[in-house]
Amino acid sequence: MTEILERKIKDWREEIFAALKAAEIRQVGYVPDAGHARLIELCRDDPEICAVPLTTEEEGVALAAGAWLGGQRAALLMQSSGVGNCINMLSLTKACRFPLLMLVAMRGEWAEFNPWQVPMGSNTRAALELCDVLVYRIERPEEAAETVAAALDIAFNGDFAAAVLLSQRLIGAKRWVK
Amino acid sequence: MIASERRLDRRAAMRVLLENRGELLLVTGLGSTTWDAAAAGDDDRNFYLWGAMGAAAMVGLGLALARPDRRILVVTGDGEMLMGLGSLATIGVQRPPNLAVAVFDNGHYGETGMQASHTAESVELVAVARACGFKETFDIIDELGMRDFAAQIHNAATTLFARIAIRADEPPRVLPPRDGVYLKTRFRRAIGAERA
Repeated sequence: MTEILERKIKDWREEIFAALKAAEIRQVGYVPDAGHARLIELCRDDPEICAVPLTTEEEGVALAAGAWLGGQRAALLMQSSGVGNCINMLSLTKACRFPLLMLVAMRGEWAEFNPWQVPMGSNTRAALELCDVLVYRIERPEEAAETVAAALDIAFNGDFAAAVLLSQRLIGAKRWVK
Repeated sequence: MIASERRLDRRAAMRVLLENRGELLLVTGLGSTTWDAAAAGDDDRNFYLWGAMGAAAMVGLGLALARPDRRILVVTGDGEMLMGLGSLATIGVQRPPNLAVAVFDNGHYGETGMQASHTAESVELVAVARACGFKETFDIIDELGMRDFAAQIHNAATTLFARIAIRADEPPRVLPPRDGVYLKTRFRRAIGAERA
């Protein structure tokens, strides 16, 4: 049973990566999060993808705009707390109708140990929607591939900003005591 | 340009950067550097930021990574650069050879009433850039330095950073188009990226 679960967890992360590849994502900006660790590794190892570690998430919004100006597609990986850092920079995305895909690993919800994560985590969707970002959410591993592919489609076919929230239940709550 | 003040005229400095620009692509930060670029002559290959303070250098990075075949120049002000100071760390890690970041530094927030910025006090942007990993940096205070930097933009082998000391004055505003979708689309068309 444990073995099956672990394989599934590995699978959805690789399926998200496959969706990014299928959509010809060429730049991936990220602020590390444990929930994105495997995806970051896959992006860094791919010779076709330029993986760009950021000091703060809003840098990635500007990076993606620059990539699109040059004809490349970019995606951003961040934790829910990073969404708050992006707010004003999303005005660039909206004012110019830049396409944007954000993959957001959720904290501050399912079985959260750290109360400091809850204020931003519980407002992540609302904050994104206030900025007119289209928001999708993945609760179960089997939804991952199609949800990310659908968000990529709408973002790059229609010049919209889209975010996919990876629920904390999906990722697994952070273990504080090993 | 006045040498005695050890500070340059911003409009003249922008003209030097853009004369014989060839295939150079330009990104400007919100505020005065956008007016400076418009004053030097509007061009489809200019992407002006009218907002999103702190974005300029990172837009330049994304563009430089996407188009290794083209030279990219970012020109922004000290206040705009200070808001995106972390982007110097991010660019310092990537260091694409086709990117140059130039900061017009007058030590003031020109658009909001000329309040002093951090560079008027303790912050040295060139030292920050060097500490972030930029291998070629320029601290420019005269026309000779300007011309040297302007030439290097076109054949550098690493990311360049220049701090250009300009006078804290406000030449008449020259406003380029401000419709973001228009600016984006015409830029992409001009460099053959529209059907990406």
